[in-house]
Amino acid sequence: MPFQSKSRDRQSTAIALPRGTVIVYAVVALISLAGLADATYLTVQNLAGETAVCGGSPDCFRVLGSVYSKIAGIPIAAIGTLAYFAVFTFATFAAFGYERARTFLAVTVFMMFLSTLWFLYVQAFLLHAFCRYCLFSAAITFLLTGLIVAIPRRP
Amino acid sequence: MGATTRLRAARASTEFWTRIDLELRSCSLNYSAFASTSTALKRVLPFVIVALVGFITVGAATMLYRAKRPVILSIAKEKATEKERQESIHVRGPAQAPVTLEEFGDFQCPPCGMLSGPLLEMEKDYGPKLRVVFRNFPFPNHQHALEAAYAAEAAGLQGRYWEMHDLLYKEQANWSQAPDAKQLFVSYAKMLGLEIDRFETDIAGPTVKARVTADQERGKSLGVNATPSIFINNQVVPPKSLNPTALRAAIDEALKERPTS
Repeated sequence: MPFQSKSRDRQSTAIALPRGTVIVYAVVALISLAGLADATYLTVQNLAGETAVCGGSPDCFRVLGSVYSKIAGIPIAAIGTLAYFAVFTFATFAAFGYERARTFLAVTVFMMFLSTLWFLYVQAFLLHAFCRYCLFSAAITFLLTGLIVAIPRRP
Repeated sequence: MGATTRLRAARASTEFWTRIDLELRSCSLNYSAFASTSTALKRVLPFVIVALVGFITVGAATMLYRAKRPVILSIAKEKATEKERQESIHVRGPAQAPVTLEEFGDFQCPPCGMLSGPLLEMEKDYGPKLRVVFRNFPFPNHQHALEAAYAAEAAGLQGRYWEMHDLLYKEQANWSQAPDAKQLFVSYAKMLGLEIDRFETDIAGPTVKARVTADQERGKSLGVNATPSIFINNQVVPPKSLNPTALRAAIDEALKERPTS
């Protein structure tokens, strides 16, 4: 079946990308590392039960200790760690020309963008407190979204 | 040029072109080998990078967790006996209570404040079975925590430590944000009917400082590095269990081990 075989090839093998696009994907991968560090730190804080001294900020405690900080018992920070690692992985593969990775990257970043909007709403209107680590993560997600949108679509 | 010479030249020329052909073929093979190696490398490289980052992340997280995780603390028997002899000033509940809950707290720490109400309820519920000891452990990154500890100790010098303790936690949100918390502490002292002149002298005096320092030193010697840190019958309560339900369970467990005499 030549069509299927061709399609599989297109999706799984590397293709040559313009240098500018490769650079953008590399930048996305590097920025996601900052988000990965932030989320990993918060996950470790959570696992060690150290929200008590989160930078000495009561706001931070209100957010990280709230009911919104977990989904089905899983800390949001841990989910964030996985999401940033996924972004790094997909961006790296996309930079090496993997077509499917581009799609996965766009979908992941879009979902992170929506989640970030929800968490900003929760902090601003439900908890009335902002956690600096969460704001840093939000800034990174917005930056990633901007970069993904800015990447030119292939004709 | 003779016929022999022409024939020799023709043979040399054929050999030359054969040699050229062979060299070109060899180059082509080398290039193909190089190109295939480069493609293989390109294919493997993203996997290597991702695996490396994953490995570094997991390693860093593990190291950070090991540095932060609570060490299983317990007060040594000798120290415990010594503690029993040196009765703490800030104790609620009978000395012969089967369960002693010792808290290292910071008046400006939000979780300590959140736990103070449930602890008070537990004291009421368990009655003579529970004895509560409070130790000051103010964190330097909490702007007014040390001053609050001094205020509580100054109130203690007039016999109203626990009243000030409860009030400081109740009003935590207000004085924590205040630029001059001391003024608020003085107003709390007034509310509690303390002698204000004495309170103001004591709050800056060496006695309260010595008491707070002694509490901090005791905490540090036990490995306390976060607040609230709670010990039940000299056994540390893990940070994950610092909630009313888990604390009640821990107290019940301690009561089973050491039933009321």
